[in-house]
Amino acid sequence: MLYIEPSSSHSELTRRYPGSQNNGASYEICKKAKQVMSVTLPSVADWTAHMCLIRDNQDEAAFAELFRHFAPRVKAFLLKSGTEPTLAEECTQEALATVWNKAHLFDPTRASVATWIFTITRNRKIDALRKQRRPEPEDLVWGPQEEPDQADVLAMTQETKKLGAALTALPSKQRLLIEKAYFGELSHSEIAIETGLPLGTIKSRIRLALERLRHAMT
Amino acid sequence: MKQNQMIKHHLTDKILMAYSAGQLSEAFNLVVATHISMCDECRATMSSFDALGGALLEDETLDGEAAPDLQATMALIKADTPMERTPPPSRPTETPFPLVAYVGDNLDDVKWKSVGMGVKQAILKTSAEATARLLYIPAGVAVPDHGHHGTEFTLVLRGAYSDQTDHFKRGDVEIAGEDLHHTPVADVHSDCICLAVTDAPLKFSGVLPRLLQPLLRI
Repeated sequence: MLYIEPSSSHSELTRRYPGSQNNGASYEICKKAKQVMSVTLPSVADWTAHMCLIRDNQDEAAFAELFRHFAPRVKAFLLKSGTEPTLAEECTQEALATVWNKAHLFDPTRASVATWIFTITRNRKIDALRKQRRPEPEDLVWGPQEEPDQADVLAMTQETKKLGAALTALPSKQRLLIEKAYFGELSHSEIAIETGLPLGTIKSRIRLALERLRHAMT
Repeated sequence: MKQNQMIKHHLTDKILMAYSAGQLSEAFNLVVATHISMCDECRATMSSFDALGGALLEDETLDGEAAPDLQATMALIKADTPMERTPPPSRPTETPFPLVAYVGDNLDDVKWKSVGMGVKQAILKTSAEATARLLYIPAGVAVPDHGHHGTEFTLVLRGAYSDQTDHFKRGDVEIAGEDLHHTPVADVHSDCICLAVTDAPLKFSGVLPRLLQPLLRI
């Protein structure tokens, strides 16, 4: 199953998270994210709370847990994309260091932690393999005064979980095509977009989050 | 940012998926990132494809390869200077963020080269697989009738133009395949500036423009 983390980290997180040293807003989201993890969806842990701890407290233990989950996946992803093992290790370390350095840019209403790390990994790969810069859209950043709505964070977590489950349930032939597109074995003209996955719902969710963000920015 | 509602011509799902999967060349990445900076609709679609990438990443397992090195990653983090955690400064919005690295902040400061009939262009420095350039079309003027050997994306940055297919305003992107022979004409009330990306040289219909083509690099 997707999105299940080692059960020990729940109590770890509770033990380690005093919260009192934070500003109110940041504390609020971490507290809520923790509730989402441990109360609302006991079996569907998201990594948002870890990201908050990294962002607000530079919490190395939270980072280590997140690293143990994601770093092997990032490295496997890079190896599958045709990266040499030495370079894959190097890129993995750089990608995970970026997760630490850019923790404040992560927006849990618009992406899961896995999605965010995927984008970092992809960009690192393009940088390393093609020696090209990759133009990125202007980032829409939520500042400390615009903490994301908890209902949005929860909804995003649920949509992500549905997408993961649908991907798992996909016939292997179709799954293979999607993997080929993302691991770089298809040119863009060969890419087929009939994925049969519930991307529409996740898209409306993201669009809502963007609308709220735009509203907060104006 | 209110221009969002007015955008009528969008990128296709296929292109957005290829962008998300990291399968486009630098020039196409540039036009996609620039459009997304102006268009929440396409930003949401791209993000849903990013979510698919995230779901694939989540499913990866590292078989038989060395686990990524946490200590080395922590050393990397500590060797780095921490990133400034301030929101990006507000800036003039006519030039979308991804373009700034290629053309500077102000479209009025671009170093144009004449193409004839008042039309000017500036070729941007990208990797060689595809060409990105800014086109300056004076009000009411037509770009010579041309078809394409490959694909041409034209994104309007200032003013508007019409061709045989439709009317294109700021933020709109026209995707022209080999089958389209068109003559873009700038609206009479304002000069038009576009970002045009081609993955093969354009083919002009008239004899004179065809002779000039190698010299103009279009």
